[in-house]
Order: sequence, then structure tokens, then C-alpha cells
Amino acid sequence: MIPAPFEYHRASSVTEALQLLTTLPEAKLLAGGHSLLPMMKLRLVSPTHVVDLGRIEALRFIRRDGQVVVAGALATHWMVESSDVVRGAVPLLAETAAKIGDVQVRNAGTIGGSLAHADPAADYPAAILALDAQMVAQSPRGRRTIPAGEFFTGLFSTALASDEILVEVRIPVPSGATGSAYLKFAHPASGFAVVGVAAVITVDAQGRCADARVGVTGVGPAAYRPARVEAQLKGAALDDKTVGAAAEHAAEGVNVNEDLFASAEYRAHLARVFTKRAVLAAAQKAR
Amino acid sequence: MAHAITVTVNGSTHRHEVEPRLLLVYYLREVLGLTGTHIGCDTTSCGACTIIMNGQAVKSCTLLAVQADGTQMLTVEGLAQNGALHPIQEGFWEEHGLQCGFCTPGMMLAAVQLLARNPNPTDDEIRHGLDGNLCRCTGYQHIVNSVKHAARTLADQRMPAIPTPRAAGAKTR
Repeated sequence: MIPAPFEYHRASSVTEALQLLTTLPEAKLLAGGHSLLPMMKLRLVSPTHVVDLGRIEALRFIRRDGQVVVAGALATHWMVESSDVVRGAVPLLAETAAKIGDVQVRNAGTIGGSLAHADPAADYPAAILALDAQMVAQSPRGRRTIPAGEFFTGLFSTALASDEILVEVRIPVPSGATGSAYLKFAHPASGFAVVGVAAVITVDAQGRCADARVGVTGVGPAAYRPARVEAQLKGAALDDKTVGAAAEHAAEGVNVNEDLFASAEYRAHLARVFTKRAVLAAAQKAR
Repeated sequence: MAHAITVTVNGSTHRHEVEPRLLLVYYLREVLGLTGTHIGCDTTSCGACTIIMNGQAVKSCTLLAVQADGTQMLTVEGLAQNGALHPIQEGFWEEHGLQCGFCTPGMMLAAVQLLARNPNPTDDEIRHGLDGNLCRCTGYQHIVNSVKHAARTLADQRMPAIPTPRAAGAKTR
């Protein structure tokens, strides 16, 4: 499969990439290429201009900045998965990255590319939501920060404006007695999440739930936080029955995806089961 | 518009003008004539097109040749050094790690990536490390055995898993 012809532009800096986006507003941005190129090969998209960000080494980093872990948009899934900083401070993100695709995909795909592409079955969005991360977008107007909860707006859609580039992901380091888990029901052929649930649970001195943040991917047109699950968990005992009752609301109010592999009913069921398991696994680690 | 790229593949440097939409796997096979890199699924699933680029295993069907500009690449043709098979090739030979052989180049390059990161993997770690490569003949156990064989040889000979082929003169076609 061969993509349709296009003009290729290689940006050596964010400034140059932003200039190219201004002069070529229809251009698509290429990072690792593991979302865009498969779609171009299938001719689901046929951009006339492609701006390659892959050589902007200033965006390929992971560092700790006080109580925040900062990942540059070009950090590969392998960098995230293997980073001592990520594993130590926000293990949920490393755990999630390690479940993306396969080794070769993780060597090439980038966190910024994946998040900006916003595939409804991508893994990162669940973790990004549960970790309450902040996306940093840059445009000719400057930089702005978009909270994870406002970033994913719909199917393959984000809050990024057409002249903005996602440059950084900032992940606050959880405090207190906090545990986390990402559990995924992977599609057996594609490896994408039929359902993926990330949970970050903080427990108080009595072992009850002090705070709960849950991110669900694969289920709706965009990843989301099931508000009623979280509300019901707060202050509750983290036992099998209570968590199970809260998890019943995991797909509530969601226009559940349906495809040949999983009906909406089955997917909603998986969302409830995986939410319960992820919350219990996170709670276990928090104690 | 064509773009000039310079790449080093198996120690040899090449310069070519390529169309932006040319996929790396077609560049390797059709421009450089290195047909050991196979095209299986063409959808980033099967791993037959796996090569090592700047020390990392990647699927060359999901990269543009222009993205490879300036990189060092290793394909299956670069595994053997000075006429001697690489330990991963010996492993596949000794442990019957292939039947039809179509997946084998990609399997071997994914395996050397695994062994570079984890020189003494367990069976489970090998299966996880080869998750991105499909074989439709052997059922994988012999491939796992082949990788373990290679791990032992590499440790005995204190060799790096990913070889650095000798630099040869620049070639342009």
C-alpha cells in the first residue's frame, strides 16, 4: 500500500514547524508516524503537505521538574516505558506505555503523536486522564496548557487548534498513599484497547478511598472519566463489593462503540469488569 | 518533489533522491536491492519488515525513506560478519527456528533488539519481546529456543547482540 503523493517538509525546530503550519494550514504533522502513516497507506487521509517533527530533538526528553514529570512530545513509548523517572514517579504511565502495540511500534511511536491523534482505542488517554496530566500546546500566539479532562473532545478530535502543536505532557506526581493500575482487554489482532481502564487511588489512614481518578479508553468516541464511579468511590471502603457497585456506572451516559469484534453491550460489560479490577489493583498498591 | 537522503545500511553509505511517499521497506528492497527485508502484512502487524535503525528495531513498512535520512540501519544482510553467521542465525539453524523462512529476517532482528536490552531473557520475556512478529509455521517454541541459543553464544563470546558492520565505501546508484 502506497500513500498518495504529498510534499514533505522537515522542521528543525518548533518555531519552524509553526511557520510551516501557518503557511500550509492543511498540512499534517508527522512525529513517529505510527498513526498517520497507516492511515495514509490506506488512503483514509491524503494530506498534500506533511511536516515532519521527528528531527526536533528538543522535544525528545523526559525529565522530572519538582512534583511534575515532563515528557516531550517526541518521547517514544519505549522511552516512557523504560524511563527510571517515569517508573519511579508515575509508574502508571510506564505500565500503560508498555502495553501499547509491540516492541517495534513502541520504539517509533511517540506520546505526543498518540495523544494528538486521539484514537478512541489508544492506551495513553486512559492514563493521562487518571493522572490528571496537562498538555502544553504551542502556537504563534505562545504556549497554553490544556487539562487532560478538556483535551479529548471526540472521535480522533482534541482541543488543539489547527495552528497549535502539542509540545509537552506534564504529569503531576501523585502524593500520599496512592496506587495505580492500567488494565486492558487488548484486541487479539490489532493490540488496541477494546477496553482499557486506568485507575489512580489514594487511601486514607483507615484504608478508605480518599481520592479516586479513573480513565476509560476504547469504550466511547473519546476517552473519559466516569464521574459517577469516582464519586461513589470517594470515602468508601475499597472492598470487592463496594468497588464492584461503583464500577457498575463505568459506561453510564456513554455512546458505547460497537464493531465486529465487540458489541456495545459486551464493551459496556467489559468496561464495568475492568473498572472494578483496575480500582482494586490500584487500591492494593496504595496500601 | 524528490528529496535527497543519505543513509548507512550494513556499513555502506548510500545517497539517493527519493519521492517523499516512498516507504523505507521499498527503498531497502527496490532501490538498494536488499530483499532480505520482507513485506508481509504491510500494516505494522507481522514484523517481517523489521530492521534495526539507530539501534532500535522498527517496522520499515511504517516509515518513510525520508524519515531514515542520516540514520544507521542494519538489515538481515548485515548480521553475518566476515563470512561467519551471527549467533542469532546460528541459533535459528541449530534449533530449527524456521520452516518457510518468510518471517525469519524480521524475527532475528527483533530478537537481537531483545537481547541487546535483556541478554538473558526468560521464555516469557522472549515471547513478549517477539510480540510484534508473526510466524505462521512453527508455533514459536523453536523460535524461543533459537533466541535462548543465541543468548548463550553471545554471553560465551562476549559479543554485542547488535553488530556494527564494517564501514565500506560510499555507493550511489
